[in-house]
Amino acid sequence: MSNQVDAMPRKTRGPWAVAFAKLATDRAAMACLAVFPLIVIACFSAPLYAKWAGTDPFASTLDAVIQVDGADLPVMEPSTEGLGLGYTPIGPTWQLGNYFLGADSQGRDVMARMLYGGLSSLLIAGAATLFTLMIGTLAGLIAGYFGGITDTVLSRLLDILWAFPIYLLAISLSIVTISQGIRIGPIDIESGSLWLPIIIIGIVYVPYVARPIRGQVLSLRHSEFVLAAINLGVPGWRILWRDILPNITTTLIVFVPLMMALNMLTESALSFLSIGVQPPAASWGTIIQDGQALLYTRPLVALVPGLAIAVSVMALNVFGDGLRDALDPRSKVRLGRD
Amino acid sequence: MKKLLLAASAAALLAGAWLAPAQAEYLKEHRGGTIRLLARSAAGTLDPHINYTDQGWQMYQPVYDGLVTFRKAEGKDGFSVVADLAEALPVVSNDGKTFTFKLRKGIKFSNGQELGLKDVVASFQRIFKVSGPTSGTFYAGIVGADKCLADTKSCTLEGGIVADEAAGTITLNLVKPDAEILYKLALPHAVILPADTPTEDMGSKPIPSTGPYMISAFDPNKGMTVSRNPNFKQWSEEAQPDGYPDVVQYDFGLSEEAAVTAIQNGEADWMFDALPSDRLGELGSKSMDQLHISPLSAWWYAPLNTRMAPFDNEKARQAVAFAVDRNTLVKLFGGKVLASPVCQVLPPDFPGHEDYCPFTKDPGAKWSAPDLDKAKQLVEDSGTKGQKVTIIVEDTAISRSIGVYLQSVLTSIGYVADVKPISSNLQFTYIQNTNNKVQMSLTQWYKDYPAASDFLNILFSCASYREGSDASINISGFCDKDIDAKMQKALDLGVTDQKAADKLWAEVDRQVTDKAAAVGLFTPKRLDFVSKRIGNFKFNPQFNWIVTQSWVQ
Repeated sequence: MSNQVDAMPRKTRGPWAVAFAKLATDRAAMACLAVFPLIVIACFSAPLYAKWAGTDPFASTLDAVIQVDGADLPVMEPSTEGLGLGYTPIGPTWQLGNYFLGADSQGRDVMARMLYGGLSSLLIAGAATLFTLMIGTLAGLIAGYFGGITDTVLSRLLDILWAFPIYLLAISLSIVTISQGIRIGPIDIESGSLWLPIIIIGIVYVPYVARPIRGQVLSLRHSEFVLAAINLGVPGWRILWRDILPNITTTLIVFVPLMMALNMLTESALSFLSIGVQPPAASWGTIIQDGQALLYTRPLVALVPGLAIAVSVMALNVFGDGLRDALDPRSKVRLGRD
Repeated sequence: MKKLLLAASAAALLAGAWLAPAQAEYLKEHRGGTIRLLARSAAGTLDPHINYTDQGWQMYQPVYDGLVTFRKAEGKDGFSVVADLAEALPVVSNDGKTFTFKLRKGIKFSNGQELGLKDVVASFQRIFKVSGPTSGTFYAGIVGADKCLADTKSCTLEGGIVADEAAGTITLNLVKPDAEILYKLALPHAVILPADTPTEDMGSKPIPSTGPYMISAFDPNKGMTVSRNPNFKQWSEEAQPDGYPDVVQYDFGLSEEAAVTAIQNGEADWMFDALPSDRLGELGSKSMDQLHISPLSAWWYAPLNTRMAPFDNEKARQAVAFAVDRNTLVKLFGGKVLASPVCQVLPPDFPGHEDYCPFTKDPGAKWSAPDLDKAKQLVEDSGTKGQKVTIIVEDTAISRSIGVYLQSVLTSIGYVADVKPISSNLQFTYIQNTNNKVQMSLTQWYKDYPAASDFLNILFSCASYREGSDASINISGFCDKDIDAKMQKALDLGVTDQKAADKLWAEVDRQVTDKAAAVGLFTPKRLDFVSKRIGNFKFNPQFNWIVTQSWVQ
């Protein structure tokens, strides 16, 4: 039987097909690949959900009254026993479009805020990932290819950035910029803009991308096809664009989900500390912060966004791991031997 | 002179001295035991000449003494000033500019040293030598204070504080009469410390004291132990009564949630910090007997920057005042039991307070409902519609909630508003500094002593506004020469006729309120949660719970 198979002409598969085949065998990664888009779709439907539910997730609605099973209930329930101290937000009604997850301390629909919060978190994490990859790749390419003083200067700059604990640096930059925004020459970013967390998170992770890229470029710089191109007089930018960049694409692809996960965590942490997304806008971090004051009476307000972060980050990490295994050349060798 | 004495001392000191009921009898069977207090963190330096916090001031009451002090009593009596280390209230002479105290004899510090006139002189000099936070305000009227403020290290207060060893008296000379000077002398910043106390911030090092207790151990990260002063002999029950517990153990570091649980379990007796809002309902229904609700002379308000658009326009400011629903804010604070809506500056039952509310649906004495139509019209009239407004709030759950609410109010009347929470450690100084260009903020003011000037003159006088300074307590930047002159007139009038002065202060209160330099939101109440074993809870309106007058056995 095996001899017959060996005798048949072998169909050659391209590297992407091989990678996808390998990825398809990773059930955990494929499951996560299914989960994450669902989260993304749900979050991007936030405005539709709010419109359908007839709720404004950013305005205080402390005096609102809703109907649950035919009964009128205040969104903020006053304490009627004893001294009558305090108000408790309504708990989950489990009715979509009608305070499904209950209300927060401002009487706002937690479900609607969850979706908007996810949207903010995804947008910030996605844009910061793009920013990091662009700057990190550029720095890595230039440092690795040109070497010499260029490499020394860029590498030391990256070392300086790398030397700061990530969160300490992100928090410091956020505190400095949160009240006044950024005004440097033509760049004018107002405080409260989502661009602030995007840029801050993007900057702090640049060394994470730039250093491995530089290493790869250094190695490719001395490979035969690059040396041949140089000897033929091909301009440097063309070699970088046409010969080196395509060879680091797989690394960059692997970086996307992993960086996205890291960025989501960082954004949540900054927002939780009030130095990321600013109220009344929502992010999963700010909702956890709001829920912190309700842990005793309405724990879901903090638990649900926490769960959403955990699931999203886990999905991205597991998928990222699967992607790395699939795109790693050594994995391909193993695939070929199967 | 007698008139002056009555005006500057008795009337200004609420005439409570002879109306107060006799102090309760000391019940020896309750003496002993340890009271355990909890706070999230320490109150900063231990130095009573420097510490300027409610938490610190409360604990100094059974520890330190001044020449005079606030009576250790509940209700309005607690606002009256009585003689403490002095034998009696001072004799006032020289047209209200000279105060002569006779020092009690036989009082010893906790380290065994006898209290003497030299300690009083040195303590007054020390207020300036350590650059006490109120040295340039409360005590700047003492003769020689100007030199001390200019050169703190060589401060002698020459001519300002004079000791007469033969007569056993100490004479305080003022540059001009000050109706509130005895209040100021009754504050912890003017307590008497041993003459050899170093003239620097003592930080975590306890300073010997004269009261029934002394600070015997302090670690800002762990806690403070207050134990009995072995040299204490009670000299005045109304000024410095002996306490019940042998030890007060104040532990730092527990969160508010954990502190509530510790008190419920009987592991602690009281917590300094505000109760977490999500525990209020439960505690209000299940632990009613352990809760004490007391009025506070305090004001939650939203200063509007009168020197920046859009609130440099009076109509724009009034629009915000009309639009804010105080009932909603009261709800956010925990309900009507814990706060009352207000429009004006002076808190209820405070000297000079007369009910007044122009910014409500039916203007009159009390706030009733917001008037959004009027607010929108005023925004239109002011021509500020569509302008951007940023509200700076403290990064605490309650302040953030109120900030978000105010943001939605501003949005509803036509502004493009956003809210920025800033760390609680920074926010109060941040909103004061004009360089930060804060348009609107949220803050609170708690009285230092019971006088209308402590709100109106401090928060809205031209002198309280300082460009580019972190200590510009006139956050609104409000300066009206006519109102300023009236405030000065009221201060001067207080020396001779406090009632007439309070009438004038009520007028000033109305005028400042009309200008809407700040939006009055609500007056909070203090909610104390104590363990089941705490007995004899007494709340002093000046320094809150009188810890050592309670017992645990």
